[in-house]
Amino acid sequence: MKTSIKYLLVITTVIAMAFLLKSCKTKNAAQAISGDAAQEVYVAPGKYDEFYNFVSGGFNGQMGVYGLPSGRLLRIIPVFTQSAESGYGFNENTSPMLNTSHGFVPWDDLHHTELSQTNGEIDGRWVFGNGNNTPRIARINLATFRTDEIIEIPNSAGNHSSPFITENTEYVIAGTRFSIPMGKERDVPINTYKKNFHGTVSFISVDQTNGRMKIAFQLLLPGVNFDLSHAGKGPSHGWFFFSCYNTEQANTLLEVNASQKDKDFIMAVNWKKAEEYLKAGKGRVEKVQYAHNVYSDETHMATSTIENEVTVLDPTGLEGIVYFIPCPKSPHGCDVDPTGEYIVGSGKLAAVIPVFSFTKMMDAIAKKDFIGNYDSIPVLKYESVLYGEVKKPGLGPLHTEFDGKGNAYTSFFVSSEIVKWNIKDLTVLDRAPTYYSIGHLCIPGGDSRKPNPKYVIAYNKITKDRYLPTGPELAQSAQLYDISGDKMRLILDFPTVGEPHYAQAVAADVISKNSVKFFKIEENKNPFVAKGEKEARVERKGNRIDVYATAIRSHFVPDNIEGVRLGDEVYFHVTNLEQDWDVPHGFAIKGANTAEILIMPGETQTLKFVPDQVGIVPFYCTDFCSALHQEMQGYMRVSPAGSTLPISFSTGQQAPPLNP
Amino acid sequence: MKKYLLAISVLAFAFSCSNDSQNSNADQNESGDTYQPENKTTDHPELNDEAENKRGIGKFTHVDLPATLDVPLATAGKTVFELKCYSCHKLTDERLVGPGWKGVTTRRAPEWIMNFATNTDEMLNKDAAAQAMLETCLIRMPNQNLNDDDARKVLEFMRQNDGVK
Ligand SMILES: [Cu+2]
Repeated sequence: MKTSIKYLLVITTVIAMAFLLKSCKTKNAAQAISGDAAQEVYVAPGKYDEFYNFVSGGFNGQMGVYGLPSGRLLRIIPVFTQSAESGYGFNENTSPMLNTSHGFVPWDDLHHTELSQTNGEIDGRWVFGNGNNTPRIARINLATFRTDEIIEIPNSAGNHSSPFITENTEYVIAGTRFSIPMGKERDVPINTYKKNFHGTVSFISVDQTNGRMKIAFQLLLPGVNFDLSHAGKGPSHGWFFFSCYNTEQANTLLEVNASQKDKDFIMAVNWKKAEEYLKAGKGRVEKVQYAHNVYSDETHMATSTIENEVTVLDPTGLEGIVYFIPCPKSPHGCDVDPTGEYIVGSGKLAAVIPVFSFTKMMDAIAKKDFIGNYDSIPVLKYESVLYGEVKKPGLGPLHTEFDGKGNAYTSFFVSSEIVKWNIKDLTVLDRAPTYYSIGHLCIPGGDSRKPNPKYVIAYNKITKDRYLPTGPELAQSAQLYDISGDKMRLILDFPTVGEPHYAQAVAADVISKNSVKFFKIEENKNPFVAKGEKEARVERKGNRIDVYATAIRSHFVPDNIEGVRLGDEVYFHVTNLEQDWDVPHGFAIKGANTAEILIMPGETQTLKFVPDQVGIVPFYCTDFCSALHQEMQGYMRVSPAGSTLPISFSTGQQAPPLNP
Repeated sequence: MKKYLLAISVLAFAFSCSNDSQNSNADQNESGDTYQPENKTTDHPELNDEAENKRGIGKFTHVDLPATLDVPLATAGKTVFELKCYSCHKLTDERLVGPGWKGVTTRRAPEWIMNFATNTDEMLNKDAAAQAMLETCLIRMPNQNLNDDDARKVLEFMRQNDGVK
């Protein structure tokens, strides 16, 4: 108990210092901007930004896409959270994307974004995101900026050290933050953590032709908290590194109890070795349940499949897969420099930043330079793996990105700053204050082999006085720094949506050149498509009504529908017949207990409507599509249950005869 | 080439959308210089020299038309029409969103039709006749991303609709 109090005191002091620092900085914030900053971030009307910035939405469960250097919000991509704007997660087409082994879960906490890579360079194909709460990994297609696939992770809880990738996107990684009991014995006392709880890291393979994900294997690991991770690259390709904390294996008041030890671990995983064991049949197949959801741009529909097997590798007794590297005090960030030689751990409560050497690690492993075992996993000797320490870098180091010119940029939550330091000689080169309490930071390509080091962006946790006040709730503040010179220069604040954690950025042309402008109507394979107004119709099957509708500027076919009765379920399948960029139509009907649908050109989307009142129900296009958009509307007549009125439908007086 | 270019005497607004009786844009049309709805013809005199020059803006400067209908091409054109054009164009002379197609091949040079179908936005921005139509219809013809083959198919279907055998 005494030790607990001591630690509480330390933490209190640190927090108090942080607030002191903060209040000083508030006054100086305006002076930090140099005169030509406006020129540097100004993107003239009609001009494009130089970078795309993919920013996790945190508790909003979505992904924000910003242009840099302007900070303009370009798009919010719905991922783990319903979006009433487009109908994502509400309509028939996309709701299966949010299916899980727990049923429909319409929210999650999206923490990290990771762009796909080829040869260690960002290739612009996909961006991945993790769902922290109900463990899931999403893959977003960067041709459409839509969520194409979500896979749930079994044997996992608090999917935090995710979704980082290997240098050719062979694997996406998902690691547990919470350890939990697995297997058959799950109803156990919580204080049997040490005995019964385990963590896992999952290696999800990615099909290089279509991006399709599959859980290749899971490693069963001691019950600790895995925090963040990064793949080896270049010489260290084949290895993956994870930070872990709570090696004390506490199950309560972790704030104190998981901060007892002088060192926690960086876990090094030799995944190529794991592949060998897998091939040799050392994995065991476990019965589990997890959802695998895929969206198709051909059918414009998602399907959800419940998978029921996963292959687990237990490294106990399988030599050479997993090693622990001691790392000072609750490591958070776990970052590998562009050469693949240096692994930077950032102990949240540490006074130094340790930099480990991959070469030295390999030597230590070869010499079996271990100080013992932790749950049967060899623990390497700190000094044998350490390249060196950055002394007195700041307070509360969290994450590190790289410029590819031999420098690292580390964020410091407690002292609210970014610190630039040289990897070779471990000296601090520059410091820049952030406003306030930075979490993650991002340099375009900053975790790849080829950074594009024009800017570093800070994603701050506390906003306070940076913008006009908006009541108790404020937008999170991001800040852009020019790093093209020796010194970092703050040039822009911009508000973000949700609570960003990790973000990535890439030169715009890597992605913009592949952007889909519309879906080809000829290739639409939706089962409810109407390919032209000739195919528009209304069909009754029992109490199910299918409306095969078309939309084009500026009318629906049909726009008068009669013969619907109370007790019917009406499915509006709306096909947008336009074949041009940026001409969506929307569809909304009065009293529908769901969101609208937005239908992109060439697409079919379905809205389910259950009428609950007799009368005439209007529907209309919600997306201003032409000068006569306001005329784009229709009526559905709902008759009482038992009415014998047959189904009829029309647009105009009669459908014009097709001749010759 | 002249022999392919069927024509009528009313030229500039031949593709116009308002040659039906329920003309809601009468004011605009009255101020126009060549719009004469009552003068709509069904016979096909040769295009005069002025019309011949109205090929529109785009890659098509010369379209060879066969003397008789290419039936498979026209049939393929009907499929494209039903998918991409039928929402707005009737085959009669009645205006829907856009003008009815009856007689279009006699009002417009084939090059103009092909250019309008494939280069819609530039035509609407620069071609005088297309712009005059826009003022009448007030709906920019959507660029339906017809490729050159599709446009040619549709043109043949238009010819069939206009009675070419
Ligand atoms: Cu509309």
